Amino acid sequence: MKGKILVFFGLLLASGMLFASEPHENEAQDEDFNVTDFVMNHIKDSHNWHILEYTDKTGKAHAVSIPLPVILIHEGKPVCFMSSKFHHGHAVVTKNGNHYFLHEGTIYVTDENGTIEESYDEEKEATVIVNEKPMDFSITKNVAGMFVTALIMLLVFISVARAYKKRPGRPAGLQGFMEPLILFVRDDIAKPNIGEKYERYLPYILTVFFFILINNLLGLVPFFPGGANITGNISVTLTLALFTMIATNISGSKAYWKHIFNAPGVPWWLKFPIPIMPVVEFIGILSKPFALMIRLFANITAGHIIVMSLVAVIFIFKAIGMSAISVPFVLFIDVLEILVAFIQAYIFTLLSCLFIGLAVQSDH
Amino acid sequence: MDLVSPGIGLIFWTSLVFIILMILLRVFAWKPILTMVNKRNDSIENALKQAEIAREDMKKLQTDHELMMEQAKQERDKIFAEAREMKEQLMQKAKDETDKMVTKMKADAKAEIEGQKQAAINELKQQVAEISIDIAEKILKSELEDKKKQEAMVNQLLKEVELN
Repeated sequence: MKGKILVFFGLLLASGMLFASEPHENEAQDEDFNVTDFVMNHIKDSHNWHILEYTDKTGKAHAVSIPLPVILIHEGKPVCFMSSKFHHGHAVVTKNGNHYFLHEGTIYVTDENGTIEESYDEEKEATVIVNEKPMDFSITKNVAGMFVTALIMLLVFISVARAYKKRPGRPAGLQGFMEPLILFVRDDIAKPNIGEKYERYLPYILTVFFFILINNLLGLVPFFPGGANITGNISVTLTLALFTMIATNISGSKAYWKHIFNAPGVPWWLKFPIPIMPVVEFIGILSKPFALMIRLFANITAGHIIVMSLVAVIFIFKAIGMSAISVPFVLFIDVLEILVAFIQAYIFTLLSCLFIGLAVQSDH
Repeated sequence: MDLVSPGIGLIFWTSLVFIILMILLRVFAWKPILTMVNKRNDSIENALKQAEIAREDMKKLQTDHELMMEQAKQERDKIFAEAREMKEQLMQKAKDETDKMVTKMKADAKAEIEGQKQAAINELKQQVAEISIDIAEKILKSELEDKKKQEAMVNQLLKEVELN
């Protein structure tokens, strides 16, 4: 195991991913500490994986971060380069005669000076950036974090599967730790909620449970390779909820569709000529995964915001003494978040099973 | 606003990672793990069932054994009782025979004694008679030695006859 970890970090270093950026003037030195930026920088996705920041003797701030590949689709053509070329939003990248600039986490097409043009939008009653945005398929921090999670899951579960082959009897070690969890998902989440046909959905249910759980837990780790707020990102939870929606509607039985378009036991005038009930039921199809998406996103994001805000207290007061109050609170919230990590993985899986179970039922 | 507006890139990568992860785990992890767990559960269930059967057999065997023991005990008691009865019968029989023999012997002895006694009495009678005759002879001899006495005697006897 130790050997594997060493090989992993060895590869990481050998690939030259770690680098220290050029020093830049620390503009924020004398400014007021911006809590919103501090929190949002952590909560939001990013084009490089920030590891640490330090100020050298000359008062220059250095940021150590892992550059991640930027993949843009602009004018139908893919554009690829490393995010380090942006120098943390200080440089314009020129590729194929186009100029790209990273502004507040979003890549815009700009002129060669990286000018961001803003204009006032009458409808939204706010200033909006009018620069063109290329389609961004970059391997962002969250994507890289997901790769880490996937790698961990593959390593863990394939080794567990091997352990079963080697030792079919009493489980031990990692196998002994994972087995109750796997059996919990199977026997207490999938089986009672889906019903007889639960085995078809087990691979999805198990994968989604552990994917959410490990992402939640990794999100709580403040340093690399954790720290990516994956399950607190709306795109990720949207995708997962979408999978549940697809699984639900693909497996919908005749009774399920009949219930949606022609609900039994409902007076006819609710269905014809204005199809009120079908519309309500149809909204239900969308609202179920929508609730899943929002619940996971909001719970994890809220937890991270609380932790980051409590840490920010130290910087707001600019007093190390505040940590005496802040750290115990953070510790408490972190422990709570571990609980939340399990609960949210459980709830997402449970509700997915419930929705699938309702769709699978042939008749009651 | 940025926080709640999903981006196409992340959706794409999440889908890709998740689908590949699900397929890989399904093939290399979930299937073997669940197969082995099910197999193990089956084997445990089987073992439990076998144990239950064995226990039942054991119970039956024990009942059989107890029954056999009971039967053997009864048999033994019966044999004992029979033996006792037989012994008593034999003893009674022996006693009866002995009694009969003793009675017979007693009777025999009595008869013998009676016989001997009779014989002795008869002999004694004979001897007494002989002795009496001898004595009488001797007396008569001594009485009838002188004439006078003989005459007196005859006279005496005659007188008695005349008187009659």
